[in-house]
Amino acid sequence: MKQRAGLPSRLGPSLKALIQRFAFLLLVAAAVGLMVLGKADTAVVERARVVVTDALTPILTLLSRPAAGLARVIEEARMLAAIHSENARLREEQARLLQWQAVARRLEAENRALRDLANLAPTPGQRFITARVVGDLGGAFVRSVLVAAGVREGVRKGHAVVTAEGLAGRVFEVGQRSARIILLTDINSRIPVVIERTRDRAVLAGNNSDRPQLLYLSVEAAPVPGDRVVTSGHGGVFVPGLPVGVVTAVTDGVVEVQPLVNWDRMEYVRVIDYELPGILLSADPDRDAKATP
Amino acid sequence: MKAPLSQRLDLLARNLSPFAFSVVLLILGATPLPVPHLAAIGPGFAMAAVFYWAVHRPTLLPAPAVFVIGVLSDFLGGAPIGVGAVTLLLVHGVAVAQRRLLLETPFVVLWWGYSMVAAGATAVTWLLSSWLADAMIDPRPALFSFLLDLGVFPAVAYVFARAQRSMLRRG
Repeated sequence: MKQRAGLPSRLGPSLKALIQRFAFLLLVAAAVGLMVLGKADTAVVERARVVVTDALTPILTLLSRPAAGLARVIEEARMLAAIHSENARLREEQARLLQWQAVARRLEAENRALRDLANLAPTPGQRFITARVVGDLGGAFVRSVLVAAGVREGVRKGHAVVTAEGLAGRVFEVGQRSARIILLTDINSRIPVVIERTRDRAVLAGNNSDRPQLLYLSVEAAPVPGDRVVTSGHGGVFVPGLPVGVVTAVTDGVVEVQPLVNWDRMEYVRVIDYELPGILLSADPDRDAKATP
Repeated sequence: MKAPLSQRLDLLARNLSPFAFSVVLLILGATPLPVPHLAAIGPGFAMAAVFYWAVHRPTLLPAPAVFVIGVLSDFLGGAPIGVGAVTLLLVHGVAVAQRRLLLETPFVVLWWGYSMVAAGATAVTWLLSSWLADAMIDPRPALFSFLLDLGVFPAVAYVFARAQRSMLRRG
C-alpha cells in the first residue's frame, strides 16, 4: 500500500494514528457544529442545501426516467392480468360518475347564481405547475421529496402541492430548478383543515408515520371514522377545500387521518400557485415587492 | 514519463472508487421507485457502504470522505444538516476500531456486526432528529428502516466485494 499524501512516512505509526484520531474527532466536532448551526441559523443551511439539490437535480431527473419506465412496465403487466374485471368496474364507475357530473354542473350553476345574489368577493385565482418527482430520500426521520421545478417555473415557497388524489404537502425550499416538498406526514408539517361534514376546524400535524393527527380540535367536535378532511384555507396558504384525507381512528381524543395520496406512486405532482397574500410570503421578498406596487 | 502518470491515474481511480461508488449508491437510493417503502433505503445504502469500507479498507474511504457522504445525504434527504454526518462518522469510527474482529470472518458474522452498528446508528439518528425537531419522533418507522438497512446490507456488501476483488486486486 502506498503512503497517503500528506502523511510523511517517516512519522512513527503511533504519531500517525494520533493524527488520524485527532482528524476524526475534528470531523465529528465539525458535524456537530453543522447540526447546531442548522438549528440556529436555518437560512444559511437552506441556501447551501438548495445549491446542492439544484446541482444534483439534472442527474436525478435523468435517473428517474428509467425508474418511471420500469414502474410503467410493472403496472402494465399487473393491469393486463385484471383487464376484464377492471373494465366492468370502470363501466360501472363511469355510469355513477356521469350522475355526479350532472349533480356537479347543477350545483356549480346554483353556486354561481347564489354568489351573484350575495355579492360574494371572488375567490382568488390559482395556477398549476406540474412537476416531476425526481428524488425521494427521506426515510424514517424526514418525509420529503424533490421535484424538478423551481423558481424558473414559478414555484414559490409555501405553495400547496397536490396529486390527483389530494393534498401531498407544501413547498419548503426552492432552488432555480428544484424544490423540496415537505409531505404532510412529516413531523414539521402543520396544515389548517376542516372536517368536511361538521366544518370543525383543526390543524393536521404530521408525525413521520403514515397517519398524521388532528390537533386543536374543539372539544365539542365529534369526528367519526370515515369523515373526510379538507384544507380550510385559513392562513391564506392553501386553497380551501383541497381533499386531504379520511379520519381512520378516534381514540382518547387522538384523531388519526389517512392521507388520500398514494406515497409510493408519486410520479408527478401539481404545485398550486394560489394568488392570495399568505403568511409564508415573508420568505419571498421578490413577490412581496411585486404584490405591493 | 507516460507510464508513471497512467499508473498514478490508475491508482487515483482505484482510491476514489469506493467514494464514488458510495455517492452513486446514495443518489440511486434517492431515485423514486414505485416499490413501497423503498424511499427509506437511501440512507441505509450509505451506511452499509461506510461500514463495508471501514472494515475492509479504511484508507480507501477515510473519515473526511465519510463526512462528505454524510453531509451530502443530509442535503439530499432534507434531514437536519449534520445528523447524517455524525451518524456515519460514528459508524466509521466503531467499524474501524472493531475491524480486526470482523475481517476474514464468515459473512454472517460481518452481517451481525453490521446489525449491531446499524442499531446504534439508528438510535443515534433517532435521538438527534428528535432533539432537532423538538419532539418525540415515532420510533416505529425508525425500527422499520433499521430492518431495511439490514436487508440491503448483503446486496451492498456483495457489490463492494466484487468491486474490491476486480478493481483493487493490486491495491
